[in-house]
Amino acid sequence: MPQPSSPRTLLDKIWDSRCVVAETEDTPGVLYVDLHLIHEVTSPQAFSELDARGIKVRRPDRTYATLDHSTPTLPPDANGKRPYVTREAEEQVSTLQRNCERHGIQLAGWDSSDRGIVHVMAPELGLTQPGQVVVCGDSHTATHGAFGALAFGIGTSEVGHVLATQSLLQRKPKSLRVNVTGALQDGVSAKDMALAVINALGFGGGSGYALEYAGEAVRALDMEGRMTLCNMSIEAGARAGMVAPDEKTIAWLKGRRYAPKDFDAAAAHWLSLRSDEGAVFDKEITIDGAAITPRATWGTTPDASAPIGAPLPAPRNESEQRALDYMRFTANEATTHYPVDVVFIGSCTNGRIADMRAAADIMRGRKVKDGVRVLVVPGSEQVRKEAEAEGLDQVFREAGAEWRLPGCSMCIAMNGDLVAPGQLAVSTSNRNFEGRQGKGARTILASPATAAATAIAGVLTDPRTFVQGASHG
Amino acid sequence: MAEPFTRLTSQTIVVPQASIDTDQIIPARFLTTTTRYGLGKAAFYDWRYDANGAPIADAQLNNVDTKTHKILVAGDNFACGSSREHAPWALLDFGIRAVISTSVADIFTSNALKNGLLPIEVDAATHKHLLERPDATITIDLIDKTLTIGNDKPIYFKVEPFARRCLIDGVSPLEHLLRQVPALEKFERENGLGS
Repeated sequence: MPQPSSPRTLLDKIWDSRCVVAETEDTPGVLYVDLHLIHEVTSPQAFSELDARGIKVRRPDRTYATLDHSTPTLPPDANGKRPYVTREAEEQVSTLQRNCERHGIQLAGWDSSDRGIVHVMAPELGLTQPGQVVVCGDSHTATHGAFGALAFGIGTSEVGHVLATQSLLQRKPKSLRVNVTGALQDGVSAKDMALAVINALGFGGGSGYALEYAGEAVRALDMEGRMTLCNMSIEAGARAGMVAPDEKTIAWLKGRRYAPKDFDAAAAHWLSLRSDEGAVFDKEITIDGAAITPRATWGTTPDASAPIGAPLPAPRNESEQRALDYMRFTANEATTHYPVDVVFIGSCTNGRIADMRAAADIMRGRKVKDGVRVLVVPGSEQVRKEAEAEGLDQVFREAGAEWRLPGCSMCIAMNGDLVAPGQLAVSTSNRNFEGRQGKGARTILASPATAAATAIAGVLTDPRTFVQGASHG
Repeated sequence: MAEPFTRLTSQTIVVPQASIDTDQIIPARFLTTTTRYGLGKAAFYDWRYDANGAPIADAQLNNVDTKTHKILVAGDNFACGSSREHAPWALLDFGIRAVISTSVADIFTSNALKNGLLPIEVDAATHKHLLERPDATITIDLIDKTLTIGNDKPIYFKVEPFARRCLIDGVSPLEHLLRQVPALEKFERENGLGS
């Protein structure tokens, strides 16, 4: 551990302040958890373990639950019956409801206007704050790192550990600073930056590290853009990704329901949570932000992306050839002429209001190409409400898209929102694995603006083609 | 809690594909379960069953006997992707007790170790050797931290020391954490974290 006087990274500062028992060679350290977010999919077995041991949830006040993964995005029928994909999915949701009731945990359930994808709703409520350790049984928990929190995904056994003790056994990760210099070009979004970073790091390149995103292009992102960027850290293998808090972070949190009572004092402390001048990182990479253009994936891992319209690289190995074969793409050719069957706009990566606006700006007054199915799924009830107040739902509907209820939907495709076998989808989500969006589904990852432009054109399209109103989603 | 893991001698199943992600190990549509049991059928489901749910007769993983083949040798960057603990649960229920690759995703490793599934990272040369020898008989000794291929010289592997101890003793890390509660209470008092 560095001396108190030596320059420290943001990771060092959070780790030092939340380390209850230091790690030794034999035993991991005990790390305090400020905020534990839970959902229906990865919590039931953890509650069963607690029940079997007769243990209560130690800090229900630091635990917050929502329903997002298994939930239908179509409304209930006339009898109030929700169209769950299976009885098991419905049972999973009621299991979480029962567990929360029994243990006194607050749940943003069906009747709550707070409900949403866990990584969208928690920041909205001001639950996520700088300097915290935030965990959730979900690999996209790094999203909360956008606020200068150390946030990472855990497995179900660890969900049980946190429920039982409000702490985790952890070894400190190594630090990796990702500098994105310069200014993004107009029409280039945080998602394009995320895809460029993952491409530069490689699929497992961040493994064992906590990322800190820095540099002019990162500072220039709004909070939603920072969440998009941090969200995809795991796609480079890094469990955590973070951005140091600044005035934008403070402005976002001010007035939110769970923001600290003594806000000014908290804000002053938050501004100290940044890597000191001269702090040493285990690794650093630098990316020229000004050179990033709208990107899309071409393979079956999120690192396999290229500028839209650029010819694909020749496969370097068997796995890249396999990826091309699965996607039915050809090396040395662009992917902008393949008819797209499905466009999905939503997810914890890109289901926020700025994403909805970026997509609507392109779809406004235009029509979805015949034969393309477009699903727009807001990330939370708050996003839905705000979008509807702005008339964005109408923009989408008039263009020919479906406007759904909030949830993870077609990103993880476990609620029945599926891409059919063989279909090609352009999706604003985070994973393009084989079959991720349904057995045999072929997924291209891209930004909301790109997805919207693709919906109109029917083929993968650089959103700058539709210059008017393109924004930094 | 996991069965203790000390020593295992078994044959290998070789799946050379790189970056086998957690959606391959268990597709998301099987995650609506509320238990951790019986997920073996869902392991590599989309590789083993066709669109109608009928087993694919010539699928490699439908033609292995996990009574004799409990060690999976997989391509680089194994189990990347999601934090679902259903992945090790499914592999264990399918009959796998150890996975060998050049790199194994860290959330998966953490999950696997808590359930008695041992991930082992080996160097590229050892990996290549194993990929070229499906059905090789391997002995994994967690006490000595060695991997022995046939009658070759034992190869040392690294494993997080605390997880190793828990696996050998068959105890849950939760026991250890529960003993830290007084320290946690003190930490909360000193840092204004309520209780």
